[in-house]
Amino acid sequence: MHLLEPRARPSRLMRWTAPLIAIVATLLAGSLLFWSLGKPVLESFEVFFIQPMTSSYGWSELLIKACPLILIAEGLAIGFKARIYNIGAEGQLIIGALAGGGVAIYMDGSDSAWVMPAMILAGAIGGGLWGALPALLRTRFNAQETLTTLMLSYVASFILSFMVSGPWRDPEGMNFPQSIMFGDNALFAILLEGSRVNTSIYLTGAAVLAFWLFNARSFMHFQLEVGGHAPAASRYAGFSSHQTVWFSLVVSGITAGLAGVGEIAGPVGQLNLNISPGYGFAAIIVAYLGRLHALGIVLAGLLMALIYLGGEAAQVSLQMPFAITGIFQGMLLFFLLGSDVFIDNRLRRSA
Amino acid sequence: MHSPVPRLELLGITKRYPGIVACAEVSLSVLPGEIHAVLGENGAGKSTLMKIIYGAVKADAGTILLNGHEVSIANPAQARRHGIGMVFQHFSLFETLSVVENISLVLDEPFDLPALAVRVKAVSERYGLPLDPKRMVHSLSVGERQRVEIVRCLLQDPKLLILDEPTSVLTPQAVQTLFETLRQLASEGVSILYISHKLHEIQSLCDGATIIRHGKVTGTAIPRQETAASLARMMIGRELPVCQAPAYEGEKRTVLTVEALSLISEEPFGTNLEDISFSVNAGEILGIAGISGNGQAELMAALSGETTVEKHSIHFDGEAIGHLNAGQRRNRGLVFVPEERLGRGAVPPFSLSHNALLTAHRKGMKNWGMVRYSKAREFADQCVARFDVRCGGSGDDARSLSGGNLQKFIVGREIMLKPKLMIVAQPTWGVDVGASAVLRQALVDLSRNGVAIVLISEELEELFEISDRIAVLAEGRLSAAQPRGATSAESVGLKMSGLFDETSTSQSSEVSHASA
Repeated sequence: MHLLEPRARPSRLMRWTAPLIAIVATLLAGSLLFWSLGKPVLESFEVFFIQPMTSSYGWSELLIKACPLILIAEGLAIGFKARIYNIGAEGQLIIGALAGGGVAIYMDGSDSAWVMPAMILAGAIGGGLWGALPALLRTRFNAQETLTTLMLSYVASFILSFMVSGPWRDPEGMNFPQSIMFGDNALFAILLEGSRVNTSIYLTGAAVLAFWLFNARSFMHFQLEVGGHAPAASRYAGFSSHQTVWFSLVVSGITAGLAGVGEIAGPVGQLNLNISPGYGFAAIIVAYLGRLHALGIVLAGLLMALIYLGGEAAQVSLQMPFAITGIFQGMLLFFLLGSDVFIDNRLRRSA
Repeated sequence: MHSPVPRLELLGITKRYPGIVACAEVSLSVLPGEIHAVLGENGAGKSTLMKIIYGAVKADAGTILLNGHEVSIANPAQARRHGIGMVFQHFSLFETLSVVENISLVLDEPFDLPALAVRVKAVSERYGLPLDPKRMVHSLSVGERQRVEIVRCLLQDPKLLILDEPTSVLTPQAVQTLFETLRQLASEGVSILYISHKLHEIQSLCDGATIIRHGKVTGTAIPRQETAASLARMMIGRELPVCQAPAYEGEKRTVLTVEALSLISEEPFGTNLEDISFSVNAGEILGIAGISGNGQAELMAALSGETTVEKHSIHFDGEAIGHLNAGQRRNRGLVFVPEERLGRGAVPPFSLSHNALLTAHRKGMKNWGMVRYSKAREFADQCVARFDVRCGGSGDDARSLSGGNLQKFIVGREIMLKPKLMIVAQPTWGVDVGASAVLRQALVDLSRNGVAIVLISEELEELFEISDRIAVLAEGRLSAAQPRGATSAESVGLKMSGLFDETSTSQSSEVSHASA
């Protein structure tokens, strides 16, 4: 029989405790997983979740991974509020990285102070264009952005593959599919000696503040939320649905494109096939885990970064496969969606 | 003399919400086979009380007795097992499912869909509520959706049927059929709790009445022994205001002209508009009568700009605006009150002040794309005060308001935009007599200030009370508008069934006699 019944109104408490429940459930299920693989549970746990945070190097790596996740998720959250589901941020990240990387390659050796700004601008334009494409398809041909953004992310990764294997391949790179290493002028300056933390963190910081202000005060954000909650009310009020689609897809494309530049001009330092370990996809989870809230996303991004780091540590110390990271991400999303059911529903009190 | 055991007895039911007591020590009793009215203004606590009986809301205190036995009703499924059926004011239907699929969802016993469809059709026809079981709910009008709700209840052979304003969307003829149904059900021993604001209906239908004001029982009455005025007094605690409509003294000019407007409905089961022409002048209320589902939704969409049409089929203040969207039309001074309040006229989970922003953002609530929320709150507070919206404040969610109170807010909000043209659909649907009078007076006052108003309504009384001219929309076609004094309810009622040509002469009353 029915175990759930709808609540009279959505629970605000549950809206914010659902992510915590999901995190606890992920930890429990993760322990079960370690145990069933014959690993010592407590030790595995420590390796995965505690060790990365015991050194300043670990913390710096956490920041490096959290920055792109947060940046992308902030942009995605804008669209998700209007129920415009951009799930191709990975592709927009790649095109942004290609555009920024192209600038770095063509201006290689230049000592102009404009190299970095030009890369950032190119990345934003590249990502924005890759987001504009599904917007055009949606508004002109009513093609669902859920499908087109996802498919375009595969197109993007093939373009990347083509570029680094062909036109932009490093001539002295032993035929590896990668570009030249960028010069110092085309890299974000290191902020903390001995770490990889760089000035791209300011980009993310500025984005968080901008989105926080945007979400709290802007009329555009109000229109997006109306579109998400009551599309008929949006039409009734005369808000343009096309504008909403264009805005959210282009903005999320821009943030993903910027994140792409942050990677190639930061920890990666060149264009190659591994510029993103799925940040564009993981950011979807980050956006929802952070409740689409500008500050919630920061916390969620840090947690997701920890899962990436824990996954790396587990590969090294516990000889676990690379897939462990994906499994933890999947569990987190699974449990989050499960807990979110209780925002609008509750367990029936009696049969 | 022994009195029979009541089918339903409520003792001291109390329900508190933060900031408001919805029901305070409410007691009432309904005998088997009795049709009992629960009478009260919007926000008086009637709907909450009914939801408590139906198990949708839990009372803080009080006892419910069914056939003399105390019961606790934890949820609607349990209520249904006790033989209680309810037709809600806000419908609970899945738009993407068909009529019969929606009905099948509440059945506890196993069913066979084609057989159920046959049963649905039979029951719906028997009770004068014709329904095509295979149609998708999203394509149904509000009136048709209510039929689904009623039929869904009747299929379960209820012993106690609760109807929350069931007649608001029915034709006068259909109301009579429904009343016959209800009387028939009552004679079979079914008890009926009937919530309505239409006093004459209560007088003709109900055996007893419990009157509620501000969550408290203020009296019981036998409606047939009361006058409409005395019932209204018990309900609102004062005399019923009478609508004052002075003649318009201002400049006469045509504000809106619709010429040969045709529209193919976007809905597969919608009604196409055929060659619609009319005009409205400043200072005038044009009533458009008709049962919803006859092109009302399509006409509203075409006038509001939610659906754009051929540029020259609509002229506003001399400008062709058919091709403009709703936002562009609003910029020119048009405002709209839609039939659906929750989800179209207001965003359910948003506060009233956010809902003010929805259409009033043009009134200085924006600064460089940033919202001045204090301005929105101010506007909402003014609207709540001026139109007597009963709520905890402008911070309340739209969905927490009763239908009538939300309507007062939406109509008030649009009036406060100082429009040149207002298009209103079903302004008093589900709104009690007191509040209806306030809303109608507000519309009249607005028109006498030189605003042109198009009033799309199903309620003939309302149309005849405040319209200057009346036209009828039936099956997607609009009859020629006639001055109120030159037409009659009978003639309009006939046209509502699509009989234009016969009634276009002044002999309309004879035709109506012939068909009666």
